[in-house]
Amino acid sequence: MLKQKYDVIVIGSGPAGLAAAIEAKKTGAEDVLIIERAKELGGILQQCIHNGFGVEILKQDLPGPAYAQRFIDEAEQLGVEVLLDAMVLDISPARHIYAISKWSGFAELDARAIVLSMGCRERTRAQIRIPGTRPAGVYTAGTAQRFVNIEGFMPGKRFVILGSGDIGMIMARRLTFEGAKVERVLEIMPFLTGLIRNYVQCLLDFNIPLQLRHTVSRIIGNSRVEAVEAVQVDDKWQPIPGTEEIIPCDTLLLSVGLIPENELSRKAGVALDPVTGGPYVDEGMQTSVPGIFAAGNVVHVYDLVDWVTEAGFRAGRSAAKFALAERKRAARQVKLQPGDNIRYIVPHVMDKESLAEADQRLQMRVIQPIEDKVWVEVLDGDNLVTRKSQRYVRPGEMVTVDIPQKAYDAVQKADTLTVRVVRR
Amino acid sequence: MAEELTKLICITCPVGCTLEVTHEGKTLIKVEGNQCKKGVDYAEGELTDPRRMVTSTVKVRGGVFPLVPVYTAAPIPKPLIFDLLAELRKVELQAPVKVGQVVLKNALGTGVDILASRNLPAGD
Ligand SMILES: Cc1cc2nc3c(=O)[nH]c(=O)nc-3n(C[C@H](O)[C@H](O)[C@H](O)COP(=O)(O)OP(=O)(O)OC[C@H]3O[C@@H](n4cnc5c(N)ncnc54)[C@H](O)[C@@H]3O)c2cc1C
Ligand code: SF4
Repeated sequence: MLKQKYDVIVIGSGPAGLAAAIEAKKTGAEDVLIIERAKELGGILQQCIHNGFGVEILKQDLPGPAYAQRFIDEAEQLGVEVLLDAMVLDISPARHIYAISKWSGFAELDARAIVLSMGCRERTRAQIRIPGTRPAGVYTAGTAQRFVNIEGFMPGKRFVILGSGDIGMIMARRLTFEGAKVERVLEIMPFLTGLIRNYVQCLLDFNIPLQLRHTVSRIIGNSRVEAVEAVQVDDKWQPIPGTEEIIPCDTLLLSVGLIPENELSRKAGVALDPVTGGPYVDEGMQTSVPGIFAAGNVVHVYDLVDWVTEAGFRAGRSAAKFALAERKRAARQVKLQPGDNIRYIVPHVMDKESLAEADQRLQMRVIQPIEDKVWVEVLDGDNLVTRKSQRYVRPGEMVTVDIPQKAYDAVQKADTLTVRVVRR
Repeated sequence: MAEELTKLICITCPVGCTLEVTHEGKTLIKVEGNQCKKGVDYAEGELTDPRRMVTSTVKVRGGVFPLVPVYTAAPIPKPLIFDLLAELRKVELQAPVKVGQVVLKNALGTGVDILASRNLPAGD
């Protein structure tokens, strides 16, 4: 059962979100919720079936899903609540969250603190502008990775991969394992953009040719990709005429970079750094909006999951501390609520401790005039805290009542004080 | 046999040190360029018995997804990679699958087990 208000709500359940939720619990936050739009926890790691995860933090070389499982289990043991298959649509700067879920429909939740951990998305063809036809058979490497590793579907037989990032190289090996032929990996930069170990164990081991300073200048094919035209580029990334080569293939994979996923951060009013594409954060991973924290690929693109987890821990700890301070503040406060014949009261809330120093004056207006003797009463439920007598009340004339210092003990017990005007 | 110098890249960790390996045939003489001891082990292994971790998927019946990812509990000899993949294509598990579950014992007689790398609940 969902609560209306949580100490910490974490958006996204990749390694950053899982770590944040775990650490928030350990720091003392009571109600911690993860909202995840996928059907399961773990984020992008569930499709990264290759090993290489956890060497720094767990001192173990694990596949992505096994790495994620450690943290999923720990979150579960600690009593972190989870809302799956639910997409967060909007966040207000006051930390009100709007989410839509297939199962529970539209949900509105409040959080004392929020951790943004939505990860990143892949750059697509539109963002790198490759000319040519728009046939089927062009995918981002991460999409192909999901097809092959989770859904069990091979997107093609003969591949060209554009970009020498880690995901592209890892997919080159993966596709080779599944019986496909990877014709070429093309990289526009004069150097490898991924880790050199992936060049060795994914390309070199399987004789997959890599060409630096090369890009795709054209996609050929009508309904399906039939070939790509590769070309060498000069120092200014301009194609060098005469170096064109047609490479027959049925699928082109793009591994051309990742962009932090910050639609939601923007809506919450979080200031973004144009260089990283992610929020500006302080040492505790707090963004420009108080109480909103961020960690993982949403902040900047990491190449090692261990550091993502570490950032998640940090954000979770800060978020829990913030939430606990909010709780304390709220526990110190008593709400002042208009009762019979009262239109409004100022102030709306009062610090209970203020009575230790002085009487506290409440100012209000009535709704209806009463031309008779009345009581102006301040109540905690049915218990009278204080009252004062008045000869009449009129909407045009402000009414005041003082809560005396001697009511200190009575007020400590209250969450809400109601003020009403009744005939004597 | 004469001494030779071979350049290798250590893939044991993400640092990826370039190793300058002096050897006589398969006998290691010295390694330079490694940032830690594991680089020496790697060079030795590459000369005598190169091995790799292998990760892939196997079919599952009755799971929330049709596949479950698997990995070798330890590196296996490089020349056996494609034989192992062929073996794995024959495996079909029944959901639910537990992370760490042995999917194939002593694969190809290497002494290395193949393990599931995630929990896969039963489902549609
Ligand atoms: C394809 C790929 C391969 C990689 N390979 C390696 C590797 O070999 N070794 C290594 O150490 N690192 C690797 N990394 C890096 C590492 O996996 C990532 O850095 C890490 O997963 C990022 O974690 P994260 O928690 O920031 O984001 P993610 O894991 O991407 O998780 C973000 C989650 O947020 C959810 N989400 C987003 N928006 C919403 C919303 N509005 N409402 C609800 N949920 C939402 C998403 O569904 C997702 O589950 C790889 C990364 C990628 C993309
Ligand atoms: S030598 Fe050590 S530090 Fe260098 S890549 Fe190998 S394991 Fe990593």
